[in-house]
Parts: sequence; C-alpha cells; structure tokens
Amino acid sequence: MNLKLVKKDFKLNKALYIMVLPVIAYFIIFKYGPMYGALIAFKNFSPGLGIMESPWIGFDHFMKFFENVYFWRVLKNTLLLSIYSILWGFPAPIILALLLNDVKNKKFKKSVQTITYLPHFISLVVIIGLLKSFAETNGLINDFLVLFNVERKPLLMQPEYFRTMYIASNIWQQIGWSSIIYLATLSNIDNNLYEAAYIDGANKWKQTIHVTLPGISSTIIILLILRIGRLLSIGYEKIILMYNPAIYETSDVISTYVYRMGLLNFNWSYSTAVGLFNSVLNFTLLIIANKLSRKYSETSLW
Amino acid sequence: MSAYYLKESKGEKVFYILNYIFLFVLSLTTLYPLYHVIIASVSDGNKLIAHSGLLFKPVGGFTLEAYTAVLTNPNILNGYLNTVFLLAVGITLQVAMTALGAYFFSRRNVLFKNVLMFLIVFTMFFEGGIVPFFLVCKDLSLINKRMSLVLPFLVSAYNMIIMRTSFASIPASLEESAKLDGAKHIDILFKIVLPLSKAVIAVMILYYGVGIWNSWFWASVFLRDREKYPLQLILREILIANDMSAMETTVDDVGIGESIKYATILVATLPILMVYPFLQRYFVKGVMIGAIKG
Repeated sequence: MNLKLVKKDFKLNKALYIMVLPVIAYFIIFKYGPMYGALIAFKNFSPGLGIMESPWIGFDHFMKFFENVYFWRVLKNTLLLSIYSILWGFPAPIILALLLNDVKNKKFKKSVQTITYLPHFISLVVIIGLLKSFAETNGLINDFLVLFNVERKPLLMQPEYFRTMYIASNIWQQIGWSSIIYLATLSNIDNNLYEAAYIDGANKWKQTIHVTLPGISSTIIILLILRIGRLLSIGYEKIILMYNPAIYETSDVISTYVYRMGLLNFNWSYSTAVGLFNSVLNFTLLIIANKLSRKYSETSLW
Repeated sequence: MSAYYLKESKGEKVFYILNYIFLFVLSLTTLYPLYHVIIASVSDGNKLIAHSGLLFKPVGGFTLEAYTAVLTNPNILNGYLNTVFLLAVGITLQVAMTALGAYFFSRRNVLFKNVLMFLIVFTMFFEGGIVPFFLVCKDLSLINKRMSLVLPFLVSAYNMIIMRTSFASIPASLEESAKLDGAKHIDILFKIVLPLSKAVIAVMILYYGVGIWNSWFWASVFLRDREKYPLQLILREILIANDMSAMETTVDDVGIGESIKYATILVATLPILMVYPFLQRYFVKGVMIGAIKG
C-alpha cells in the first residue's frame, strides 16, 4: 500500500470517509476504549491517577483470582451452565423446525409459529418476574411437580434447581424464534432430492437423515461455532434477575462475579482482570471451534 | 418442502398424529402463562395468594382493582414516559448511524474498507469487559444522564452487517446514473438507497426497539434518580425485588399486591402484544438477511 494510492483514495472517497466518521468514532470510544481500559487489569488502578499513571503490578490480580476460594465455583458454574444450555437448548429449535416442516396443514403451522415466536419479545424482567411467581411454594410449577410426588418448596431458593429453571425458561422463550433460521434453510432444500430418495426406496426417517439434515448442516455448524465462541460468556442479566445469595453455589458465574466485584464493590482492577480472563478464554474457544470446523466440515466463520 | 411420498406407511401416520399433538401441547405451554397473567390480574388479590393450580377464571370474582392501582401509579407512568423518550431518540439515532456505516461498507473501491470492517467485526468477538466500559462512560460524564442509555449503544456491529448486506444488493446501475448527474453520496443514500430499503429499515427498528424496550441492566448501573428510570427498572422493583414501595400503595391489605404484580406485567407487555402481529412479517426477513453474512 503506497502513499500515492492512499492519497488518491482519500481524495476520491473523502465524502464517504466523512460519513462513516461518527460510526468509527463510536467504535473507537465505546468498543476500543474499554479494551484500552482493560489495561487496569495489570495495574493498581486509582481513578485519581488515571489509567496511564496507575502503577503496574503485572499478573497479581489474575493470581488473586486463581487463588480465590470462589475461583473454581464460578468457573465450574459457568462451564456447566453453558454446556447444559448447549446440550438442551441448541437442538431444541432444530427439532421444532423439523417437526414444523412436516406439518401439512398451513394454518396450523402458521399458528404454532406465531405463538412460539411471541415469548422472544417479552422482556426478561417480565419473564423472570413470572418465573418467580410460578416457582413459589404454592406456584404453578410446584403444582405440577406435586403430581410426581415432589415435595413443595420455593424452587428459586434451591441451588439444585437453578440450572434446570434457567435452561428451561430459556428454551421456553427462545425455541420458536431460534427455529426461524432453520425453517428458512429447510424451505430451500430442493424437492427433487426428496423425490429421488423416495424412488430409491428411502422412507420418511431415511429421507430426514439423508436429505433434510445434510441440507441444514452448514447452518447448524455455523450457529454451533458461534455458540461455542460464547461458551464462557453466559449472560449476566438473566442470572442477576434470577439469583440470590442462597443459590450462589450453582448460579454465580464469572460474569455475575465480575458484576458484583466491579460495579457493586468497586474493585475495578481486580474485576477487570477476571473479565479479561473470561474474554480471552472465550476468544480462544471461538478460534479453536472455527479451526476444527474448517478442518472437518469445510464450514467456517472465516 | 417436506418428505416426498405417495402413500403414508402406518408408522408415518402415527408420526404425523403425534407431531400434531406435540406441537399443540407446545403452543398451549407457551400461551398458558399469558392467559394466567390476564386472569390473575383481574382476580381478588387476597384469594389469589391462597390459590394454587391452574387458573381458568378470576379467583374471587372479576375486579379491576389492581388496574386502578397500576394505572394511577406515578412511577409506572413515569417509567413509561422515559421508555417512550428513549425509544424515540434511541431508534432515530441508532438507525441513522447504522445506515451511515452500512452505506460506507456497501461501497466498492474504498481502500480502507476491509481493514475497518475487520476492526468492527473483531469487537463482536472480543471486548474489554463491563468494568472498563463503565469507566469509559463515567469519564464521559454519562452517569445519571438519560443519554447514558443511548450513546454507548448507538451501533450494533451485527445490525450494521445486516444492513450492509441489504444495501449491497441494490443494483449499482441505479446509483451510477445518479452519480453521473452529480449526486453526492449523501443524496444517493437518502434518495436512492434508503427508499429501496424499507424492509431492512423495519427490521432495524424492530431489533433496536426491542433492545431499548427490554433493557434494564445499564439503566440500573448508570441512573441514580428514580424519575429517570425506564419502565423495565420500575418493573424489576415490583416483580423481582418484590418491593411494593415502588407502587406506593397506601392500601393496608397485602393481598392486592399479588394481583397488582400481574396487572403490572400486562400493562407493561401490552404494547409489545399489540404491535407483534404487524411486525411478524419482518421476522423471517430479518433473520435471513442476518444469516447471509456467515
């Protein structure tokens, strides 16, 4: 890239660069600003001194986190919640899409779609508010569990129920919305393929295995890579709404720990170090997932 | 579409029937909680607390007591107004900024386009963290300002990519002739590209709008004065923290609190339920344009 070319480009596209300037400024300030600010993870940050002047202390905050009694707890909770979420939550919309795809009555199909997309638009605060009501000792979920001889108890106060509640409510809210993309991909599969499979004697089940699934496999893989890239970034918003100290044992994850340490207790440097540890781990996982997928399936993000 | 067959085997018939039953039950499970909210909101609060099991009709007779309490509550009304303000200002700025970015990145022959795109996509996968983000906003004196819920969230990289993909699909020939007539980029954007992109603009309004409507977290971090709280933050006090002080009820009976909760949920969800049918046709479009970038 020589200077002449750059000059010519700037002259030719000046108006364009001016137009995009506010957008670039936004990303510099609000996205790269925090990345620069994350330097305080390696410093003893004090607001009076600012980021530059605060003294360097290397990896002390990271070491403090690794030696912390809660380190294994939050790491384990993050991993388990995430892995269980993928295990249960990832296939659910695919299955729904496959089932909907087999519905011949158009009106029925449309109604099911309309109904199942709806919860996606209800706010998290309302959803968790409802969940809390339903999880109370005399709430709806207990009414249901009693049928299976489970003793009534306040479910959101029981550590052992947290993950189930978290994942089940997620699936309830997102199954329809997440199935849209698979349904759209399914409708693009060439009908001739089914016809050919039928002539070759493939029954319904075999057609699903040999025609339908290969037809949506690249969509599945891309979404799975993206999901794995977020393996450790379990959102804090929903958990903060759901949890309480009585169930930290299973519900406290890295991001909620960062939130409490940083934004509630003002342990800025320390919490930034924990957050950075999380970000780096995430990013590494994404790269590994992408590499593996490129190697084995020729589908990848980049 | 679906599997090809001339006649169904017995197993296939059973499958179809089970499929219908399953999807029907799934729909019921989705709808029931909403129905429950409606019925509970018009029930007698005191009787509601003692009630257990499914609700089919209002407990203790139909009453609008809870709604009277909710609709005359100054906090909820104020929260509503704040959220409407944020929606109006936020969506306008967000869509405008996203369109500017999308226009730039949909051009051909711009030298730094790919480098800049890489830098933006990178932010989708790596971030500095919530604490440094908070400190940046604090340094910009955004604490306790209403704009703290708009400015730090102006552009979503993901949405910009969706819009760029859509802009890029507009035939270049349309712009070429305008260019020959001496039209500037800003004219091309406003007079040619945007009028041809109504669907993607609708999708953007939907995405950004839902985002603003649902957000409560950063409001809880940034805002100090209760009169600036958006609706969701007031809701959180009432529903999650179970803090009826937000309701400022002077009523002695505790019971009404229970039905007030449900009435609040309904009042706060009604706008979404009302626009939902009109937005539905944009869903698939939105998700699909988003998917192409992969």
